[in-house]
Amino acid sequence: MSATPVIAVRDLTKTYAVGEIEVRALRDISLEIPRAQFVALTGPSGSGKSTFMHLAGCLDRPTSGSYLLNGRDVSHLSKRDLSLVRNREIGFVFQGFNLLPRTSAIENVELPMLYGTPVPAKERRRRAAAALEEVGLGSRLDHHSNQLSGGQQQRVAIARALVNKPSLLLADEPTGNLDSRTSIEVMGIFQRLNAEQGITIVLVTHEPDIAEYATRIIGFRDGRVRLDRPVQQRREATEELRKYDATGDALSA
Amino acid sequence: MSPIITLSIAVNALRRNAMRTALTALGMIIGVAAVIVMVAIGHGAQSSIEDRIRSAGTNVVTISSGSNAFGPVRQGFGNTTTLTPDDARAIAREVQGIDYISPGVNTRQQVVSESANWNTQIQGAGADLPSIRAWSMETGAFFTTQDVERAEKVAVLGGVARDELFGAGADPTGATIRIGSQPFRVVGVLARKGQAAMGPDQDDTVVVPYTTVQKKLLGITHLQNITLSTSNGVPFQTVSDHITTLLRARHKLPADAPDDFSVRSLEEMASVLTSTTTTMTWLLASIAAVSLFVGGIGIMNIMLVSVTERTREIGLRLSVGARDVDVLLQFLVEAVVLSLAGGAIGVAAGYAASRAVSSIMGWTAVVTGDAVLMSFGFAAAVGVFFGFYPARKAAALDPIAALRYE
Repeated sequence: MSATPVIAVRDLTKTYAVGEIEVRALRDISLEIPRAQFVALTGPSGSGKSTFMHLAGCLDRPTSGSYLLNGRDVSHLSKRDLSLVRNREIGFVFQGFNLLPRTSAIENVELPMLYGTPVPAKERRRRAAAALEEVGLGSRLDHHSNQLSGGQQQRVAIARALVNKPSLLLADEPTGNLDSRTSIEVMGIFQRLNAEQGITIVLVTHEPDIAEYATRIIGFRDGRVRLDRPVQQRREATEELRKYDATGDALSA
Repeated sequence: MSPIITLSIAVNALRRNAMRTALTALGMIIGVAAVIVMVAIGHGAQSSIEDRIRSAGTNVVTISSGSNAFGPVRQGFGNTTTLTPDDARAIAREVQGIDYISPGVNTRQQVVSESANWNTQIQGAGADLPSIRAWSMETGAFFTTQDVERAEKVAVLGGVARDELFGAGADPTGATIRIGSQPFRVVGVLARKGQAAMGPDQDDTVVVPYTTVQKKLLGITHLQNITLSTSNGVPFQTVSDHITTLLRARHKLPADAPDDFSVRSLEEMASVLTSTTTTMTWLLASIAAVSLFVGGIGIMNIMLVSVTERTREIGLRLSVGARDVDVLLQFLVEAVVLSLAGGAIGVAAGYAASRAVSSIMGWTAVVTGDAVLMSFGFAAAVGVFFGFYPARKAAALDPIAALRYE
C-alpha cells in the first residue's frame, strides 16, 4: 500500500464556461505525487496551478479524466462524499489564513472536528491543543486571532489543517501575506512536518525562492505541465533563518 | 454534526456580533411584546366585562312583558298587561330548577328626604331580589316577604340615592322619605355595585316591595318583569323553554301568535359581549402580529448580510468538511435562536408592559399561557421562515468562489 501514490491523475481536464467562451483551465494533466513528497506548484496566474489544487483538494470535480486519491477514484463522488473526503484526507492552508474572527486559536483548530465523524468535546480540545503545540503555539491556545501576528495566525491555520491527521496538506500561497522572516519560519514548519511525520505537502506559490523549500517543482503554463523536476539545491529553513538574521543584524548594525 | 454543536456554533456567531444581534432581536422583542400586551388587554377587558355581569348575579333570568326590548326596563304605556303576580307564582310552583323568583314593577319618581330631593328609579321587587342579584347590605336589612304581602311603605336605598338624599356615608336607616306623595320608611342601604354592564347605574335606585309600587304608586295589577335565578347546573334553555310553554298556556296564546313576553338570561348577554371582546382581542393581536412579521423581515435582512459577510467563513467550513446541509442548518439555527431569544425577551417585556398598563391606565390586563405560547411559537416559525432563504443561499455557495470572496 505504501507504494500507492497520494495523488494520481490521468488526463485531467477542467473546462469553465465564462459566458459564451469556454476556458480550458487544465488540459490533459497526468502526474503522480507519491507519499511524503513536498511539491511546489509554480506558474503565472491563469496557468492552471490553482485549478489543479482545487481539484486535488476535492473542492471541485474534473470535467474529464480520473483522479485517484490514495488509490481511490474521487473524480465522480457526490458533493456530500467529497466533503467527507476533504474532512478526513485533506488539510488546507490559505494565503489569507481564513481564521474565524473573535474566536480563540483552539476553537479555530477544533473546527474540522465539528464535521464528519463526531469527536467528543474533551478529545477535540486535547487534539487541538496537541496540534497547536506542534506548530509552536502551545502557550497561545486561548488567544483570539486578532491578538496574534500574521505568522502566528498562519501557524494556527496549519494546526487546523493538521488536526484531522490528513494524508495530504494543500497550501495555497501560504506565505503570500507574510514578511520574509515569517515566510521562512512557516516553510520551516512545513519542512519539519514533511520530514518528521511524512505528510505529503502540495504548495502553490509564484515565488521561486519559496518553491525551493520543496523537494519537487511542477511548473504550469496554459493549463499544461511545462516543468517537472526535483529541486537541486534545496533550501533548509533553519539555515535560511540563520543567514537572514545575520544579514538583518549586519543591516541594522 | 450533533445538534449541540450546531447550536453552540450559532450562539457563538451571534455573540461575536452582539450589537447587531441585539438590534435584530429588538424587532422580534417588540413584535412579541406587542402581541402579548394586546392579547392581555383584550383578555382583561373580557374578564372585567364578565366580572361586571357576574356582579349582576349569575344564573339570572329575566322575563319581560310586552315588548322584546332589551333588558328589564319597559317605559310605561305598555299595551301588554298580561304578566301578573300569578304568573310568577305559577312559575315558582311548576318550573323545575328555580332557586329564587322576584316579580318586578319599575317607575321613576321624585324622591324627597328632609334635606334634599332626587329623581331616581324606583324598583318594585320581591324580598328575594338580593339573593338573585347577589346584593349585600351596607346598613340595615332588606324588606321581608311580609312587607311585600302587606304592601308596606318601606324602602331600601342604593348607594348613589343615599348620597344624594342624605349625604355621602350617612346611615339613613329609620329615616322617612317621600316617594311621590307617599311617606316611606328607610330600612337599609345596599352595598355599592358599580355601573352595570348595561343599563342604568345599579346604585342610583330605591328598592321597595313590588306590591307597594303596584298599589300605592302606579295603581296597576300587572307586572313589568319577573327576575329569577336558576339552580346551579340547570341549563338556561331548559328553564326558558318551560317558562315559555307555561306562560303561553296561561296567557292563552294561539299557536301562531308571537310571545307577549321575552325570556333572557344575563349569561346569554354575557356571551354576546364576550364574543365581541374576543373579536377585538384578535383584531388587536393581528395588528400587533404585523410587527412580528416586520421583525422577521429584519431577521432575514440581517441573515442575508451575515451570509455575504461570512462568505469566506462558509468557504472555510466547506473546505474542512462541512456538508451543504451543515451550512444550511448553521444559518437556520442562527435565525431561529435569534428569533427565539427575541421571543423570550419579548414575552418578559410584554409581561412587564402588561403590568405597567394595568397599574398606570387602571385597565385589567391578563397575560395568558396561550398568548405566551402562541407568540413564542410564532416567533420560532418566523425564524424558520425568514431564516430559510439566507441559509439556503449560504449552503448553495461554491467552496472555491466562497474562499476567494473579497
